[in-house]
Amino acid sequence: MRTLIFRTVAPYLASLMILFSIFVLLRGHNEPGGGFIGGLIAASALAIYGIAFGVSPVRRAIRFHPMALSGFGLFLAAIAGILSFFSGVPFLTGLWIYPSIFGVDLALSTPMLFDIGVYFVVFGAITSTALALEERERD
Amino acid sequence: MTFYALFVPFIAALFAPALTRVFKHNAAWILALAPAGLFVHYLGYVEGVSQGERFTGGYPWIPSFNVNFSWLVDGLSLTFALLITGIGTLIVLYSGGYLKGHRHQGRFFSFILMFMGSMQGLVLSDSFLMLFVFWELTSITSFLLIGFNHAAERSRRAALQALVVTGLGGLSLLAGLLLIRNITGLSELSLLLSSGDLLRDSPFFIAAFVLVLGGAFTKSAQFPFHFWLPNAMEAPTPVSAYLHSATMVKAGVYLLMRLNPVMGDTVAWETVLPVFGGATLIAGTLLAMRQTDLKLMLAYTTMASLGLLVMLTGFGTEKAIEGAVLYLISHSMFKGGLFMVAGNVDHESGTRDISKVSGLRRAMPITFAAALLAAFSMGGLPPFFGFLAKEEIYAGLAFGDTWSVVFTIVAIVGNGLMFAIGFAVALKPFLGRKVVAPKDVHEGPVLLVAGPAVLALGGLVSALFSGAFHDWFSSPMASAVTGHAAEVTITVVPHVGLPLYLSLATIALGIASYVAIAPVRTAMASLLTGFGWGPDRGFDQVIAGIVRLSGAVTRFIQNGRLEAYITVTFVLMVLAILVPMGIAGEWPSMPAFPHLFFYEWAVILIAAIGLFAVIMAKDRLTAIVSLGVQGFAVAVLFMLMGAPDLSFTQFMVETLSVVILALAMTRLRLSPQDHRAPVQRVFDGAIALAAGGAFTLLLLRVLEVDLDMSLTEFFNTYSLQVAHGRNIVNVILVDFRGIDTFGEIAVVMVSGLAILALIRVLPKRSRSALTEPPAPPPEAARTAEAIHAEVREAN
Amino acid sequence: METAITILTGLFFATSIYLMLSRHIIRILLGVAILGNAVNLTIFTNGRITREAPPIIPDHAAVPEGVIANPLPQALVLTAIVISFSFFAFLLVLVFRSYQEIGTDDTDEMREAEPRDEPAPPLGY
Repeated sequence: MRTLIFRTVAPYLASLMILFSIFVLLRGHNEPGGGFIGGLIAASALAIYGIAFGVSPVRRAIRFHPMALSGFGLFLAAIAGILSFFSGVPFLTGLWIYPSIFGVDLALSTPMLFDIGVYFVVFGAITSTALALEERERD
Repeated sequence: MTFYALFVPFIAALFAPALTRVFKHNAAWILALAPAGLFVHYLGYVEGVSQGERFTGGYPWIPSFNVNFSWLVDGLSLTFALLITGIGTLIVLYSGGYLKGHRHQGRFFSFILMFMGSMQGLVLSDSFLMLFVFWELTSITSFLLIGFNHAAERSRRAALQALVVTGLGGLSLLAGLLLIRNITGLSELSLLLSSGDLLRDSPFFIAAFVLVLGGAFTKSAQFPFHFWLPNAMEAPTPVSAYLHSATMVKAGVYLLMRLNPVMGDTVAWETVLPVFGGATLIAGTLLAMRQTDLKLMLAYTTMASLGLLVMLTGFGTEKAIEGAVLYLISHSMFKGGLFMVAGNVDHESGTRDISKVSGLRRAMPITFAAALLAAFSMGGLPPFFGFLAKEEIYAGLAFGDTWSVVFTIVAIVGNGLMFAIGFAVALKPFLGRKVVAPKDVHEGPVLLVAGPAVLALGGLVSALFSGAFHDWFSSPMASAVTGHAAEVTITVVPHVGLPLYLSLATIALGIASYVAIAPVRTAMASLLTGFGWGPDRGFDQVIAGIVRLSGAVTRFIQNGRLEAYITVTFVLMVLAILVPMGIAGEWPSMPAFPHLFFYEWAVILIAAIGLFAVIMAKDRLTAIVSLGVQGFAVAVLFMLMGAPDLSFTQFMVETLSVVILALAMTRLRLSPQDHRAPVQRVFDGAIALAAGGAFTLLLLRVLEVDLDMSLTEFFNTYSLQVAHGRNIVNVILVDFRGIDTFGEIAVVMVSGLAILALIRVLPKRSRSALTEPPAPPPEAARTAEAIHAEVREAN
Repeated sequence: METAITILTGLFFATSIYLMLSRHIIRILLGVAILGNAVNLTIFTNGRITREAPPIIPDHAAVPEGVIANPLPQALVLTAIVISFSFFAFLLVLVFRSYQEIGTDDTDEMREAEPRDEPAPPLGY
């Protein structure tokens, strides 16, 4: 698996996939995509990178332990739910704001925050599994 | 007020361990304030109740089922409540002295106060459900108290035995109460008391009667359910004195007395109760004669006394009821006192075997005096309260017909033998030559002697002031039991008449038995040895049988063969789908041949080939690739069916599945080949095909039914308007059904954690033996240290 | 279309159950992976099938136009796919580790929790 071509292509492929995963995540509310699929794509990107270069470069690249990212995602999702309380509506009720930054109208919402949480949970949990299994190789 | 009173003992129980930690055994003085306060509280009811009033109160508990949290204070429950709290006060003090220095004394206080609360609740309950709940609470707290010394197997056995017997009785009682509720439509005792005819005329009366008796007889240790009571003497003495003589075992008697106006005056009642009660009385006294252990002697006489009470309750004359009432009160006092005396002897001399201890009268004068007073009451000698009870009993029993004569004789024999045992307990340890005891004997501290002294004096004082006592307690209680106004008038002044002669006969028999106690004991012992089997051993055999049976069943059902479990599961699943379809005749109609585009056929065919290839795969690579093929085919199908989100997700998941499967399987020398014998394969194949067919039929049938699309309509309509999203699937996931998704991502995360934990567990033996040689590391040379550092970092 | 998918679903179930009835953990694992697809297809088919019309509201409209696929089962299946994948990964690691520890891939030989000759339970109290 660790051919020269694969190892040359892998970093670009992985970066492109990560970028694509974020694109898929953000467009998910209006077109096919979303947190689940985005997280899966990002996890595959790291799995490919890990197969090409080994586990420790991947761990260095993402800085945090993947399960920590997963926990962070769950935390974000919970925050998205709890924010509803401050507006006096039930847990996980969607809230929307439309701030204008540099003349561009942005649509920010708690469902989006929630979806980002989903992204991180899936990304973290599956990356963690894949890396753990890849790590076995060198025992 | 009474509402809060119901909770006071439980609250005290909550603080007992902390108080005991601070004040050691002196915490008893503080804790005794709880029952003492309750005693005073209930005294406040005496005046009203003695004038024939009945106090009820309560709150709705489960209004939809017409269940209330309600209480009832009348003559019967008031007297019981006073006994429970009054004797309870003395018992708490006594426990302070008896378990002084015990490391779990706080726990003991806690248990005994909880029991007090349960017992108090039991006698004050008005609603059936509350009665049952408190009834079971007394069983549970009794279990805890009997098993207090849980390091000893005998204690554990006794505790379990008591719990099983009284617990089963409790279930019987519950069934009986529910039946009564169904018959009469009433769920409160206070209402039921005036509707006895409704119950007595019902065809289900006998069933309800038997079920209620099941509860009462087990709780009150009636023959043949008596065996748990003597075994319960494994408990510390305060428990025996309180639960197993003065209060809990009387719960059954209480129940019978409570229901006497409802169920009494029937043939069943007036036959079953006297017969079983009389049998228990005789059996109890005979078994007591055999014992040399002070506590066991008292335990068997308690059983006998309970039999006497049951017999009197069911005898049917007003005097018999009055006798039962008087005897119940006097028994609680003298038996509680005698148990505490036995505890003092045990505590101070180190033994409670009357053949080993004697001559303690000088060392323990107060205990001896208390013992004597209690024994006089137990023996029914004037001027003690026991004498009044005995006179009234004989006045209630002695009539001319055969039935009465039989029970009069039973009562004389029982009372005579109890007289002998009472004096044996009170005299043998104290009179005679002083033997060398295991430890230096002296009188116990105030905490230990207060209880027996107060109770023994109570038997005297209550008799001397019998007029007022009857007005306040005996007459209201007798009225509550008979169901109409009854007046107890007996005094200590003996009236020459038949009851007095019968009393004299009893005393004569008692003295004779006391003198002849040793030969009687030997005779009884040889008789019982010859008999051999008894319900006590029967209990062991039943329990052992249950354990063996469940062991055998477990080994049969959980045989450790996974394929057996899976086979059973799927066969049952197939049956669960097909059998109802067959019974209801809900088979789907033959569907039309599907018209598909050729590429759709192609995808379906690819999926089928993938499945087939997985089954037939001979090596790992084929298996993994085939698995991927069927997965990707499903992804394409999703795309064809208008589900791009699913398609992408399925695609990614299948990719990752293949990757991690490859990562794991290339490390293991595992072959996906089928090792089953051909016959087994055919059998399994048949099950699998049946399951597949069942699901197909089920789905076809489901598809013939109209689908309720209202939910879908809702999502379609509001997705953009309310949730500002055009991808309806995503909107459902993150907004409409966000809380589901939240739970699901939590599952994903937890499974990730579980995988990590599983993989980080260090193997028991070397992995190299089982895994294939490792692939060469990507970086040229890595020291073991670097790997360890990395693992640490990863962790 | 629905009939064909229904029969295919039955085939998925039959295959996965046939694999799970084996005594060998790898085959059981493959069976579980296929069972996930079988169940997903069942849920999906229950929500009725339409061709090639994803449940997405066009840019110019406020509600979907024409016939679209039922979004509800899709949402259910989407999470089911991810969860069954997590479950599959967990099972895979479990198989992997148990094979390392116990040294067999035969479920009949895995007797850590349910030994073959388990002694009768004690009769004491």
